[in-house]
Amino acid sequence: MKKIGVFVCHCGINIASTVDIPKLVEDLKNYPGVAYIQDYKYMCSEPGQTLVKEKIKSEKLDAVVVAACSPTLHENTFRMAVQTVDMNPYNCEIANIREQCSWVHKNITEATEKAKRIIKSVVEKALLDEDLEPVKVPVTRKALVLGGGIAGIQSALSIANSGYDVILVERQSSIGGRMAQLSETFPTLDCSQCILTPKMVDAGQHENIRLMTYSELADISGFVGNFKVKIKQKAKYVDWDKCTGCGLCIEKCPKKVPSEFDQGLGKRKAVYTPFPQAVPNKPVIDCENCTYFITGKCRLCEKVCPFDAINFDETESFIEEEVGAIVVATGYDVYPVLNMSEYGGGKIPDVIDGLTFERILSASGPSGGEVRRPSDGKIPKEIVFIKCVGSRDPENHYPYCSKICCMYTTKHAMLYKHRVHDGQPYIFYMDVRAGGKGYEEFYQRAQEDDKVVFLRGKVSKVYQDDDKVVVCGIDTLSGSNVEIRADMVVLAMAIRPSKGIEELAQLLKISIDQNGFLTEAHPKLRPVESLSAGIYLAGCAQAPKDIPDTVAQATATAAMVLNLFSREYLLHEPIITGVDEELCSGCGLCIAVCPYDARKTNREKGVVEVNEILCEACGACAAACPSGAAQQRNFTDTQLSNMVKAILAE
Amino acid sequence: MQLSYYPGCTLKTDAKNFEKSALAVLKHLGVSVDELEDWYCCGVCFSQTRDNLMQQIAPVRTLVKAKESGNRQLLALCTMCYNTLKRSIEFIKDDAEKLETIHQFMDLETTQFYGNEVDVVDILTLIKQIGLEKLKKSIVKTDAGLKIASYYGCMLLRPKEIAIDSPDDPVIMEEILASAGCENVYFPFRTECCGSYQIVNEPEIVKDRTRKIVGSAVKNGADLMVMLCPLCYFNLDEIQQDIQKEDKSFQTIPVLYITQLLALLMGLKPDIHDFSLHSIDPRPVLKMKGLL
Repeated sequence: MKKIGVFVCHCGINIASTVDIPKLVEDLKNYPGVAYIQDYKYMCSEPGQTLVKEKIKSEKLDAVVVAACSPTLHENTFRMAVQTVDMNPYNCEIANIREQCSWVHKNITEATEKAKRIIKSVVEKALLDEDLEPVKVPVTRKALVLGGGIAGIQSALSIANSGYDVILVERQSSIGGRMAQLSETFPTLDCSQCILTPKMVDAGQHENIRLMTYSELADISGFVGNFKVKIKQKAKYVDWDKCTGCGLCIEKCPKKVPSEFDQGLGKRKAVYTPFPQAVPNKPVIDCENCTYFITGKCRLCEKVCPFDAINFDETESFIEEEVGAIVVATGYDVYPVLNMSEYGGGKIPDVIDGLTFERILSASGPSGGEVRRPSDGKIPKEIVFIKCVGSRDPENHYPYCSKICCMYTTKHAMLYKHRVHDGQPYIFYMDVRAGGKGYEEFYQRAQEDDKVVFLRGKVSKVYQDDDKVVVCGIDTLSGSNVEIRADMVVLAMAIRPSKGIEELAQLLKISIDQNGFLTEAHPKLRPVESLSAGIYLAGCAQAPKDIPDTVAQATATAAMVLNLFSREYLLHEPIITGVDEELCSGCGLCIAVCPYDARKTNREKGVVEVNEILCEACGACAAACPSGAAQQRNFTDTQLSNMVKAILAE
Repeated sequence: MQLSYYPGCTLKTDAKNFEKSALAVLKHLGVSVDELEDWYCCGVCFSQTRDNLMQQIAPVRTLVKAKESGNRQLLALCTMCYNTLKRSIEFIKDDAEKLETIHQFMDLETTQFYGNEVDVVDILTLIKQIGLEKLKKSIVKTDAGLKIASYYGCMLLRPKEIAIDSPDDPVIMEEILASAGCENVYFPFRTECCGSYQIVNEPEIVKDRTRKIVGSAVKNGADLMVMLCPLCYFNLDEIQQDIQKEDKSFQTIPVLYITQLLALLMGLKPDIHDFSLHSIDPRPVLKMKGLL
């Protein structure tokens, strides 16, 4: 029989005040297998750990049971300690007599009895514990970044600059994302494109980055360090190897449609690049709007292309790659104004969302940066900005704060004032949340230097009256109703994860929260990891955030990826559920219940095989197995049954 | 289709035009209603202003009567009654404690009421239930070319638990009128509060509201304004006269209950209307449009 040392912790008075420790020690010292028993005030402290280590050596112990707090707290502490004296860490077990005993009971006699039974059961387990070695997994040192906005670009560049290969996948034909649409950025008012385009070019030309635009993730299998991904390249109808980006096809294309990049304010052609600074700066043909695809006639682009790059027969293609880590940076969409009927959203042409106003303000926008309203092109003399539209409204829309609106609305009002000096901006707000470096000062400047009128209150109605847009609201600070006959209204609409996030999350087997954002592993301590190992999150796909936060998070994902790539092998917890091939009949019941796809049938042997790396030791297969062939290491049926017997014994 | 009908007090006094026209329209559409044999004041919206169970006794007693009538649906024409009855149900249903207490205070009623046995229905929803196609077929004056401003008020739309349509952007009146061959005039104040009982203490508030609502309907080119609520009706009809006395340039607009208009479009005998009850006489417009 193994020689087991039991170490009982008082946890100050946390355990000792409810559990009669001297009695406990006395009663347990003759329990079969217990070769040594000792109590101590704080077992997790340095002297406590030293005591455990010394006794392992002096008493020649084979296994250790520490009766203390929950294993989630200090199991690792004690396993590391026993390792230093050459004990296999899996021979160190924790008996939880704090959370599961002393904290939840008052009666000392009963609590002591319960503590005794808990310890006995863990001793039973320790008697049959085996030495285990972590499973070693190789790492493919190549990363996949999904989404080519600022988050994806930043993450890809940081990984690529460290010398590793990156595949950057973007759904649109150019990278750049939402940031490329913005005018100037708070709180410094530097031009968004000016700071973004160099990064786009870097990403486009980087020797370690393989840019795959107009593409989407189609399928994925594998696990951390060893993902196999299938990427769909949508049909572009332009051979980018031949295309030089001369733009002749775009010039000659007769079909004009509203430009998505300009939020529908400007037009683009059916063969197009989303914006002039696109990376790669090569066009695609939008088959839904192309005259040839609709009527079967035209092919003008084909005729004018000097390089024979137009190929109407192109079809979508698939590329398979192996990667070790994945960064999800798929960004956000703006909640459509159509959802705000009380604000005239979708009915009044001069009621627009904030992103559309960015295009109006942008020097590269449809009005060249002149503030002109959409309906008749007049320069608006009064603009009302409404914040928290669709956000912070759990009853009707979304409960969360969209975070970026306070600052960008302040910026909008400021930029408008800079362009239209005799104009008057008004901002209706619920709160001004200007937390961030230089943000409060920026807000102060808007009030003091640019005379932006801030009105604290909600707007009840927006309606068109002749050529004015009338805004009825309340100013709760003066307690009066406010009616502003404005020329234009800008709604700071809620932002939500971009379209298709549910399908992507399902494909990647990562979770999304009640609002559709990707869930991080821990809200404070693991903010850039998903709960699936090797998949990391950056940008607004995880939660609403501004550019500085997005860049910080994206850089952090790169740090996580590099951390993964820095290891020769990945170590995987050896507690997995194996298969006793002698007993297995290959019935496959365990395959059906496995949530991790870790089990499959070996047809030659007629038994089930386990992928030790995928197995998370949930135990579902062990419960399902009719023959007892599926046994979880160190949680075998015999061990569990012995533990139950020890708890129930008279 | 058989349903019970709860008139409420206004329909028997100031809003006779509403009751007569509504019942005539329903009869024409093949729906007969049984007025509850015995009914009480609904308690008016005052009963809903405080979280006081005792104030729910009046509406609940009416609901008990409705249950005893054996019909599932209870039609409330007056929007205030609709609002009160419906909210009483919301207040007590699924709450065993409240139900028990309220029964202890009702000596005359022997029927047990649980809150889910009676559906209170307003006439717009009822007309949609009957079917807009059927309504369309019943219209004889199809070429009247009337431009109608539909005014909702708040009792049918708020709070949202009892709303018959979107509180912010309702369409049900417009749908019904479109089926009846009218041109709908959109005006932004169609869901604005009329000022309600402020007419008693602060008539200036109501005047201000009426000026806005009527002004907006007129500006958008409406010939007539229709509504359902007797209180809104009073505020928007009678107060127009007061405003005109003070301000000769104020343009008035005749106000009708929506069922009056439907009755006229169906060609029902005009003697169901007592036009002397209107402050702003609708007859000139109606004659001009060939409805009289």
